[in-house]
Formats: sequence, C-alpha cells, structure tokens
Amino acid sequence: MSQAIEGSARPVAPGTANEPTPPASEENARREDAATLLQRIARGNVLVVVLAFVFAFLIGSILILVASAEVRAAAGYLFARPADTFRAAWDAITGAYAAMFRGSVFDLQGFTRVREDLESRGGSGSYVWGPALLRGFKPLLETLTVATPLIIASIGMAVSFRSGLFNIGGTGQLIVGAVAAGFVGFAVSLPPVIHVLVCIAAAIIAGGLYGGLAGFLKARFGASEVITTIMLNWIAVYGLAYALTTSAFTGANKAQPTSPSVGENAVLPLIAGSQNRLHLGLLIAVLAAVFLWWLMSRSAMGFRFRAVGSNPRAAEVAGIDVGRSAIGVMFAAGALVGLAGGVHILGTEHRLTGNVAGSIGFDAITVALLGRSGPLGIVLAGILFAGLSTGGRFMESNQSVPLDLVQVIQALVVLFIAAPPLVRYLVGLRSVDRPGAPRARGRRAASPAAAAPAPSGSSAAPASSSAPEPRSAGTDTKGGTA
Amino acid sequence: MSTAVQDPARPAAPSSEPRAAAPAAERQRSWWHLPAGLTVLALAALLVFGLRAPVGRGTSFRIAAPGDLNPGGILPGDVALPAGGTAIVCAILCLLIAGVLWFFAATSRALGRRARIALIVVFGLLWITAFLAWAFSGSTVDLGSLLQTMMVLAVPLAFGSLSGVLSERAGVVNIAIEGQLLFGAFGAVLVGSLTGSVWLGLIAAPIMALVIGALLALFAIGYQVQQIIVGVVLNVFAIGITSFFYGTVMQQDPTRYNQPMRLPIISIPVLSDIPVIGRVLFEQNILVYLMWIIVAVLTVALFRTRWGLRVRSVGEHPRAADTVGIDVNRTRWSNVLLGSAVAGLGGATLTIGTGVAFGEEMSSGKGYIALAAMILGRYHPVGALLAALLFAFADALQLRLGTLPSGSGAGIPSQFLLMLPYIVTLFAVAGVVGRVRVPAADGEPYVKQ
Repeated sequence: MSQAIEGSARPVAPGTANEPTPPASEENARREDAATLLQRIARGNVLVVVLAFVFAFLIGSILILVASAEVRAAAGYLFARPADTFRAAWDAITGAYAAMFRGSVFDLQGFTRVREDLESRGGSGSYVWGPALLRGFKPLLETLTVATPLIIASIGMAVSFRSGLFNIGGTGQLIVGAVAAGFVGFAVSLPPVIHVLVCIAAAIIAGGLYGGLAGFLKARFGASEVITTIMLNWIAVYGLAYALTTSAFTGANKAQPTSPSVGENAVLPLIAGSQNRLHLGLLIAVLAAVFLWWLMSRSAMGFRFRAVGSNPRAAEVAGIDVGRSAIGVMFAAGALVGLAGGVHILGTEHRLTGNVAGSIGFDAITVALLGRSGPLGIVLAGILFAGLSTGGRFMESNQSVPLDLVQVIQALVVLFIAAPPLVRYLVGLRSVDRPGAPRARGRRAASPAAAAPAPSGSSAAPASSSAPEPRSAGTDTKGGTA
Repeated sequence: MSTAVQDPARPAAPSSEPRAAAPAAERQRSWWHLPAGLTVLALAALLVFGLRAPVGRGTSFRIAAPGDLNPGGILPGDVALPAGGTAIVCAILCLLIAGVLWFFAATSRALGRRARIALIVVFGLLWITAFLAWAFSGSTVDLGSLLQTMMVLAVPLAFGSLSGVLSERAGVVNIAIEGQLLFGAFGAVLVGSLTGSVWLGLIAAPIMALVIGALLALFAIGYQVQQIIVGVVLNVFAIGITSFFYGTVMQQDPTRYNQPMRLPIISIPVLSDIPVIGRVLFEQNILVYLMWIIVAVLTVALFRTRWGLRVRSVGEHPRAADTVGIDVNRTRWSNVLLGSAVAGLGGATLTIGTGVAFGEEMSSGKGYIALAAMILGRYHPVGALLAALLFAFADALQLRLGTLPSGSGAGIPSQFLLMLPYIVTLFAVAGVVGRVRVPAADGEPYVKQ
C-alpha cells in the first residue's frame, strides 16, 4: 500500500495517515485494490479538507501580495531586480501567516519572555514551565473563548439545516438571547449558581421564541424562513439599539449606550486562571454538541425533524405534522443560538452593547456548513474559525493586513469543501471523478449535492441521510439509477 | 403573466403541490386572513395615528413645488390638513374597505379580481396617508422629494430582484444578490477612478458582478452544491474581498482607486417639470431609465417569447425541458450570468449612481431585501419592481422622518424608524403574500441521465 503511494508523485500524501488500512486478511485482494485504494484516498474527505485549506491560503496569499504596498513598489522594477519582488512577497506572506499563528495558537515570544523572566529570578522546573506554557498558549485559550459561543450557535444552525430549514437569523436570535440573559443578569439579584441558571434559561427561552416566530410564520403563512429570519435579524439589531437608550437597560448612565455589568453571581466562572478569559461556557458548548447528537440521532423528535427535512411530503404522508415540525425546529435552533448569546454575555462580554452579537450569527452558518452539521465537525470547525479570527485580529494589528482576509479564507474553505470534485480537478485528480465510464461519472456528479451539507465525515455518519435539502428526494434516485 | 401573478382571491397552494388549488367557489381555509389582517391594520391606524395625534397640529402635503409645470395653478401648492382629523377619516375609510372584504369573503360571494386589487390599493394609500398625517404632524410632507428618494433607493433593489427573477425562473436560487451588488458597486468605482471615466465604470460594474455570478453557477450548476449554501458563502466572500481591498489598496490612495463619481442626470424637457412625478420619472440618471427598460424587456421576454418559455420550463420541469432538447444547464448558466450582470448595474447605482465612493459593506443587506422583493413580487419582473418600490418607500420615509425638525412629528424613536423597512417586509412576506408558488425546480440541481 505504502509503495503505491510513494510511487505516485501525486500530492495525495496528506490524506494517507488518516485513511483506514485494509485488514491483513485480504492479502490477495490487496494488490488488485491498489488502484482503487488510491482512488479512495483521492476521494477521501481528509484530502479534500487539507487541499481546501491549501488553496484557500494560496488565494489568501495572492490577496496579501496585491494589498501590500511594498510588494507593489518592488514589482515596479521587477525586471531590474526580480529578487526584491520575491523577497518582499515572501516577507509579506510569511509575516502575515506567522502573525496569524502567533495570534491564535502559540505565542513563542510571550512564552520565551516569561520563561527567561522566571529563570532569571531563580525558578526552575515546573515552576517555570507552567506559567510559561500558560502564557505561550494564551492565544489558544483566547481562541477557545471566542469559539465557545460560535460552537453553540453553529449547533443551533445545524439543527435547522439538518431539518431542511435555512435559518439565517443567527444574529437576531443571538441578540435576543443575550438581551434576556443580560437583563436577568443585571436587573435581578439571586443567590449563586441559581442566578447563572436562571439567566441561561432566560436566554434559551427568548432565543427559542424568537426563532419559533420565524417557524410559526412559515408554518402558518408559508413565509420563507430565509427572508423572515433575515428581517428578524435587523429588527433585533435596532430593537437592541433602542433598548440601550432606555433607562431600564442603561441604568444610571443614560447617555452611554451600554448596560451595567451582570451581577457577580450571574457570571460564568473562569476556568483557566484569571489571566485568560476562558470560562465555563466551553463545557456548555461541549454539552450542546452532545445534545445535538442526541437530538438528531437518538430522539424521536429529531427523527421527525430529519424526516421533514429530507422529504416533507413523505413525512406528511407518514403522519408527521410538517407545520408543527417547522415551529419545533426553529424553536430548538433559536433556543440554542439564544443560549450562545447568553453564554457570550455571561462569560465573555458581561454587559450589553449595541454590537454584542458581532458576526457570530453569520459565522455560525459557515461553521455549521464546514462542520457538515455534525457535532464533532462543528466543534472542530468552530475552533478553527475562532482561531482564524483571533489570529486575523492579531495579524491586523501586527502586520496591518485587514481582518477581512480571514473572511475570504473562511468562505473559500467552505466553498472548496462543498465541492470536492473541484478540489480534485485543481490538483489534477480529475480522473477520479470522470474515469470515462458514464456510470461512475453519474454517481460522482450526484453525490456532492447529496453530501454537501450532510455530515459525510465519520464523526456524523448516522445523519448522512438527512441532508438539508427540502426537495432533494430526486437526487438520490438519480445517483442510484445513473 | 397569468403564470406568475396568481389570483390573490385564491392563495397559491404550497409549492409541493401546485395543482391542488381548491375550486374558486369553495371557501378556502384561510379565507379570513386578508380581511382580518386589514381590519387589524385599520384599527391600528385609528387608535395610534388618529386618536394619538397631537391635537390642533396640522400636516401640510406639498404637491406642486414652485417652478413646476402648473398651468394656471391647477394643482395647489401646499395642502394643510389637521393631523388627527385626516388620520381618523382615513382610518375609518380603511375600516369600511375591510368591512366590504369581510362581507364578500364571509358570504363566499365572488369579488372581481380587479375590484379586489383596487380595494387593497386604495386601502394602502389611505393607510399611508393616515400614517403620514400622524408622523409628519406639525411639518410638511414634500411628496415629490419623498418619491424621489424612494426612486433612488428602489433602483438597486429592483435590479437585485430582477437578478433573482432571472436566475430563479431558471431554477437556480440566487441568495448571492448581495455579493453581486457589492461587486458591482466596487467595480464601478474602481474602474471609474482608474480610468477617470464614469461610463467605463458603468460598463465595469456588470462585468465585475459576473464574477460572483460565474462562481454561483460553477458551484450550484457545475458542482451541484446546495444553492442556498453557495449563495450565503459567496456573500461572505464578496464582503470579505471588497472590504479587504477597501481597507488596503483603496485607503492607501483614495484619489486613484476610490473617487466619488456620478453619472450625469438626464432630464427630459417639459415632462420633468410635471409636479410630484416629473422629477421622479423624467429627471434621473441612465441607470433608472435602464431599469424601466429592463423590466419591460424582461416581462415580454419571459412570458411572450420562445426564450422565456424555455427558461421557465427549465425552472419548472428540467427533465421535460431536457427531453424536448433544451440544454438545461446551459440555460441556467446563461441566466445566472445575465442575472448577475443586472445586479451589477444595481451595484453601480449604489456608488456612481448616487455619487458616493465605495464603502465597506455598503450594500448593507440590500441584496436580501431584493430577495424578499422578488418573492413578494411573485417571481415576476413587474411584481418585483413594485415590491422594490414598496420597500424603498418605507426606507425613504424612514430617512425623511429621521431628519424632521425637532418639535414636530410623532416623535418615533429613530431605531423604530430604521426597523420600518424590515417590518414592512416581514408583514408583506408573511401577511399579504402568503404562499408564493416557487418555480417547481428552484434550487434543484439537474443531472442529465
């Protein structure tokens, strides 16, 4: 097996490590399968994901080059001194990506500084390494902090995507959840533990009702949820802006459009030392991921949701109330996104501001898509996106490359991952998708449509039949009969 | 035409079952929706606009401005009306219309389609008058300039929703209108500034928007990725890439890359002096005239030509279209590209149409409102234009009310005014439209067997 791979000069190596090896008993079949195994690797998700990132970062590099004034200046005399251009280009790209790494995962400079500082004061052993590592991984902890609400919100999105509804209303539901949690947090005074729980419950209920409103409009009046959730986003944004002008929300200082901080008992406790912002919300995020798995793969309600999502008419014939299911889906999705808002305010922000939701609501859509709406995929994708954005923020301040680059990279990654044949085409593996036989071609052509939004990774295999395609019933038969 | 604008007397059946519409004589389960909705609106107008209007204050409506074509003063200049009284009268008339509709619906008596639409339109006008009388109390409503603002705001929405009509009629969901608008706006300013010619900028806008259209087509048609996903992600991509270049290249040298330019206003003599509507219709830049032309051409082309029949058949039943020899995916490709070029013109309106430089995320959700306008307009070019005008009117009203001198007006908080277009959209999509019949194959990739 390994010989076959080494023998081929194709860039398939990254995927090999994670590919399942065939059992040893199939000795005879192995040689015959060498070619198909190569194909399997080429078709594997890992390869596509890795290549998607490679291409996204390559395109990002081009953007950095175009944007860099130094590179453009050097390119002005490209033919006189080409080395200058290449050096400037190399510096621009490596500078930006190194800053991104330093801002999101490990800060070597901070680590070294703390270590030397402690060693000069006579420390040794774990007394030095502990704090130094903590300082070195400070960016990673920050990434996890940013990832926490993102993961929870993405899980809410995944519930709706897998049920065939496109909930674009993350921002609105997040704001409503944050407002509810924040208001209960600063306006009410309750004993410890209970206060946090009440705040979180308020966030869940508020977000659920706001999401359920879109579901109700769909079920009762047939209004497209794509439109209504977007409109509800704006209504929530301006509603929050109005709330922050009233004395009920701003407290004593009415001129300042921020609320008072939530009460001490309502704050989610920090879990990685007082230097870092990482809070208990991370645990909630993990629990939410488990909940997603349970809801969609184990509960009867989730089964109904998925049935409606994959084929509403069949579900209706089977006796499922499609309208009620739409309300339920949107309530569950909104509740989870509202929870994300609550966690965000109780753990990280502590006070309401006009921009409390940031871009979490919209990023959650991309994260859910990237994670293929599966629990593990979402957790990984959420951490990844959070890392990109914390790293991007550091890159912006350190290398003055705008943060928007990260947005472009994120979008490209999702696009590439959604279209595996394109990625393979770009690296010259076109033959995998089109080996000439019309049969294979038809199958491959149909599968991305069916698999794109559905979790096709091993993490979420049980849900692969629940692609969020309201009318995809025909796709499978097409693939099968082709 | 008849395929697109369904009889409002018969709310269209859910998209999954297009042929299940009940006979007209039978009363629908939702027969009471429209009268009930109108009654609630009328009562709201009476209670809020009528009874809560400041006593003793008037609202004047400016109809003919000085300098307009107004032979012998046929039209009055300013009409001053008592705010409360006007609102109450209008609200009561609204209630009467709702009562008429209740009567016809409850007794299952057929009301002509035209009469019904006319009643609803009159209702809308009366309701808006009541609102204007209340919201502008103690001030002047300049109808001409209000409509002018509406027109400026409507053009990008109209182009955007026409883009949606073009691609969704062929069966490709176009969420990426936002990105197309943004790319169009970006391309227009960039090329216009670099070349120094606003006309080259106008040509560059649709070409730039084609990039997003081509990406949408490549992923949605070529690789059959879920179309809503592609659209959303392409919007993120467009926002990211334009903001990136705005933050770097454009900010480093704004005079070279990001100069505010403006298309010249083409004023048609005489006609442009007609009071109220003259400036709105006949004193605009070329993009506005282009919009009218595209709406007209598209309406004819979609519903009266062979090309239109093919496009619609591809959107309704691609397999049947394929069977009779229409290249489904090619039709979809060309329609998506054409649509994105149209949206690019809408983007150009945002920058060179109004004379402002490019700004980060300057489309600010207009693409999504255009999408709503398309659905509200029932996938018909004229309907889309009317819906775009409605949203733009709400937006224009918001702008006007926001600049009222203090001490006048109803004192609505500015945040609620900003919400207005979105609330109107929500009500329109949920309340008035109900279930719109979506092209049957909208969003479904076609795989040739």
